[in-house]
Amino acid sequence: MTTLARTIEVTRRYGDVLALDRVSLDIREGELVGLLGPNGAGKSTLINLFVGLRRPTSGTVELFGGSPSDPVTRRGIGVTPQETGLPESLRVGEIVDVVAAHFPAPAAKDELLGRFGLDDLARRQVGGLSGGQRRRLAVALAFVGNPRLVFLDEPTTGLDVEARRALWENIRSYHAGGGTVLLTSHYLEEIEALAQRVVVVGGGRVLADDTVNAVRDIVGVRRVSFHAPEPPDLPGVVKSERDGDRVVLFTADPDRLVIDLVRGGTPFSGLEITPTTLEEAFLALTSKESAHV
Amino acid sequence: MSSIVAAHTRYLMLELVRVPVALLAGSLFPAISMLAFVVPFTGGDAQAATTATASLMFFGAMSGAVIGLSIAVATDREQPWDPYVRTLPAGPFPRFAGRILATLAVMLLSTLPSLLVAALFTEATTTPLRLLLGFPALIAPSVPFMLLGLFIGFVMSAKGAVALSQVLFFPLAILGGLLIPPAILPGFIQAVSPFTPARGAAELLWAVAAGTTPDALALVMLGVWTVALAAAAAWAYRRDEGRRFT
Repeated sequence: MTTLARTIEVTRRYGDVLALDRVSLDIREGELVGLLGPNGAGKSTLINLFVGLRRPTSGTVELFGGSPSDPVTRRGIGVTPQETGLPESLRVGEIVDVVAAHFPAPAAKDELLGRFGLDDLARRQVGGLSGGQRRRLAVALAFVGNPRLVFLDEPTTGLDVEARRALWENIRSYHAGGGTVLLTSHYLEEIEALAQRVVVVGGGRVLADDTVNAVRDIVGVRRVSFHAPEPPDLPGVVKSERDGDRVVLFTADPDRLVIDLVRGGTPFSGLEITPTTLEEAFLALTSKESAHV
Repeated sequence: MSSIVAAHTRYLMLELVRVPVALLAGSLFPAISMLAFVVPFTGGDAQAATTATASLMFFGAMSGAVIGLSIAVATDREQPWDPYVRTLPAGPFPRFAGRILATLAVMLLSTLPSLLVAALFTEATTTPLRLLLGFPALIAPSVPFMLLGLFIGFVMSAKGAVALSQVLFFPLAILGGLLIPPAILPGFIQAVSPFTPARGAAELLWAVAAGTTPDALALVMLGVWTVALAAAAAWAYRRDEGRRFT
């Protein structure tokens, strides 16, 4: 399979802040890749490198075998603008025209607007659109140039359930037609609905790069905590730590862990089971002090 | 590439026409000044009316260049639309060129009400050839003011640009003799005036419109200002690029 975009050992600093730390990633033709991670994980920096807005501090970024800072290379990509910045006084159709002027073979305007449920709004000024309509327009703009590879940054944030499903359908049909997608989201649900491959970033590094199923199991880690004098030795714990006089255990199977805890006869009180955030789950998995495996 | 520039120019013009504050601000003040001061006081004196008309036309153009351009550039930099446009396969140039062309169009439109008032209500006269030469004579000395607008726009926030451009604009216009003829300015302003950029622009326009002899020092200083402001604008542009896009 052809690699459309890749980073090789890319590091990006902003002053003292290390946003990306030696990241190597390949996006291959026909893939629908979900990029998952908490705020500040490096998702936006990674996308900004791929679309040519930023240059790496060290390492190489390739787009279609060339450099993303070369405008000709960027003819093959589509990007979503933030819907808050769309020019307010322009009409929907006029914005599509401006963007289309940059591409050698743009999509037909009416067909594109129809695909995103905007056909009735072509003559409406952006300033008069609802938040959801702006969001749909912003996503539609990524597809104006008939791209081979689209970068969709939080495409459904702020959309109601129905509009979200419609947009997912659009992304799926673009992918079914041979398109390649890199999609970012805070939500595992969205990635699960669309992606086949999931890349999890945190702290500027790639924490996991796997199938949706594999990542779902990893992210499903729960946090089990209780008061106990000694941390008991139990199977299925991926990481254990002490928080004051509480023992904190991370496990993929909290039911099993509680049964083992009770059977083990260790005295304990104040049992709590809580879901972990993505960040916690991945920190638990990647931390070096993992007690038990 | 030229079709992309055209697309950007068209959309920036549409924005200006639909929210015509800049257009009105640039053209109304000089036209009202024409009606309030030039028509009653010097409207009967052909030479004085002609130079006053040229001055106020440039005043309108200068407002588009300094105030309009600086605010537009500073506002663009704050909008997330700007980085999006940078991801399109053309880079920053077409949008920049479109911004300059749209500003030029606004500047020329801003001069028309003054010209109309002069033609209808004063003895101001000029020949068709001089009128035709007047437009390049208006655009060429606008260049340093556009560079000033770019400099402010690249250095300041939108709010800062609104304030600074106005604070600079009026003193520059007064020192240059655009609002009051230099001959009746106070002595110390007369002494400083030829060193300020608007005076050189005015001298050029008066020469083209009314056939006066331009002040050589003022013209040389206009050239000096153009070079200095080009360097400042280029420095500010690179600094802004370095902060936002590297």
